[in-house]
Amino acid sequence: MFKEKKIEIYQNKSKKQIITTFFQDSVSAGFPSPATDYMENKLDLNEYLIKHPAATFIVKASGSSMSGAGILSGDLLIVDRSVSPRNNNIVIASIFGDLTVKKILKKNKSFFLVSANDEYPAIEVKEEMECFIWGVVTYVIHKTTT
Amino acid sequence: MLYTKQLPNNHYSLKKSIALIDCNSFYASCERIFNPKLMGKPIVVLSNNDGCIITRSSEAKSLGIKMGEPYFKAKKIIEKNKIKVFSSNYSLYGDISQRVMETLVKFSPEVEIYSIDEAFLSLNGFENYELNTYCSHIVEKIKKWIGIPVSIGVGSTKTLSKIANNLAKKNEDYQGVCILKEWLDVKNGLARTPIGDVWGIGRRLSMFLRSYKINNALDFINTDKGWIRKNMGVVGEKIYLELHGISCLELDLMPTNKKNCCVSRSFGKSVNKLIDLEESVTNYSSRAAQKIREEGLVAHSMNVFILTNYFNRREKQYSNSIKLQLPYPTNDSLQIVKNALLGLKKIYRKGYNYKKAGVILNELSKSSITKGLLDYKRDVSESIMKSMDLINSRYGNSTLKIASEGVENKWKIKREKLTPSYTTNFKDIIRVKC
Repeated sequence: MFKEKKIEIYQNKSKKQIITTFFQDSVSAGFPSPATDYMENKLDLNEYLIKHPAATFIVKASGSSMSGAGILSGDLLIVDRSVSPRNNNIVIASIFGDLTVKKILKKNKSFFLVSANDEYPAIEVKEEMECFIWGVVTYVIHKTTT
Repeated sequence: MLYTKQLPNNHYSLKKSIALIDCNSFYASCERIFNPKLMGKPIVVLSNNDGCIITRSSEAKSLGIKMGEPYFKAKKIIEKNKIKVFSSNYSLYGDISQRVMETLVKFSPEVEIYSIDEAFLSLNGFENYELNTYCSHIVEKIKKWIGIPVSIGVGSTKTLSKIANNLAKKNEDYQGVCILKEWLDVKNGLARTPIGDVWGIGRRLSMFLRSYKINNALDFINTDKGWIRKNMGVVGEKIYLELHGISCLELDLMPTNKKNCCVSRSFGKSVNKLIDLEESVTNYSSRAAQKIREEGLVAHSMNVFILTNYFNRREKQYSNSIKLQLPYPTNDSLQIVKNALLGLKKIYRKGYNYKKAGVILNELSKSSITKGLLDYKRDVSESIMKSMDLINSRYGNSTLKIASEGVENKWKIKREKLTPSYTTNFKDIIRVKC
């Protein structure tokens, strides 16, 4: 006596997608994209804004004293410490150990840190301020919409 | 080579130049970059969990703060002298270290990154008088570009460059650069180096050597080589040769693959519930998994361990560890956490106050060449992990985490005096007044 045996066979339905990135155009799909040969890398803002990654820091501006130079409160500043500060550069300076954004101005052997806003007086750099230039601001990133 | 038994030293300056660059009180210097007010002020940085002092600025050193001293023991001196105290901010120190190393690579084709704040550079081909100028230039550049003061020691071997570096740090006349290339300078330098300060000679050995009146490195190299080999073995002989200017330790240029990866921490306060241990073990396992993913590795097995506070003798003690074979080699946080929690349940015992837990991923190998038999879901797991890492790197660590990590985290380490991650998180970048 044998019992009837029932075997059910299921087929594995694979949904797995195999993606190959070897060609950007498939050959059979008609006319190939004429742009393929001209593909370049995407624009990279890091590369554009940061020339010396090891020496570059990002800080956030806070206050209105540099508004005339296009730096508003909340803007991001790219600061490159490898750049040697020159006259008229916008810099991060340390005065009495506090960091501040100002423009350097050299006038007859004395140095001034000036704001770009008439309401703020220029500061003449004196020995006792232990002033040093922390870095040079190379770019300002400003958001236009609020 | 001329060097035989007597090791004549007149050809000394002809041999190669190895520079050791070491950042001065590195963690303290990192804190100073974004807070210039701290310049010239005494600072200490605490270990994980705010337990011990692991970095002292030179000002703190001269106030008598000892390396490795428990924070609570030093509190009196700290408060009396208004020493600034920081929890260790490893995301900041790691980033600054990377910047220093990136800059160093520009100065030599051969660089060995030795630790977070030290690197060996090979500076062959320079005349001796050029070396000083070149090294001073490196010191200046790193100070200006990154804001970190460094000291450089140059010798013809690694061990000598370490000694030169110590001298550069101790004596301000060197202005951060000490070059021991001429034999006379080397001899002078060795005479000024206590035997315990020689690389590779620990406390025990230095006590042993002192009992034989070998008090400084010069005494050491004037000792009979056979005696050293007999009493200190091959290791001692290597130190001996290195101090004679004969290189035995090559620059390690290719970082070797890690063999294992451990993440373990002491808890902020001891815990006794399984749920708290589960949260911490989840956290450490996913951190470990993330670490090996960063290096493109997979683990074949793992260990989980827990222990009570050994120093608290009044409490019942228990510690245990378990080895778990992973079903297939993986770096998937979910898989690793799942296995870790299974293991934890097996070793957990009720009624103890646990102080520490940890996870070690073992038998690491390159993920690209390792596939397990049951590893058929690799691409799914890889894409989930990739997205998780991307989200966490963009929005900050632990933005996306495994639920069993919990929310409250009572066990979390203490970091009460932590500064912001100035360079690695947009939320934390420094605000500058204008």
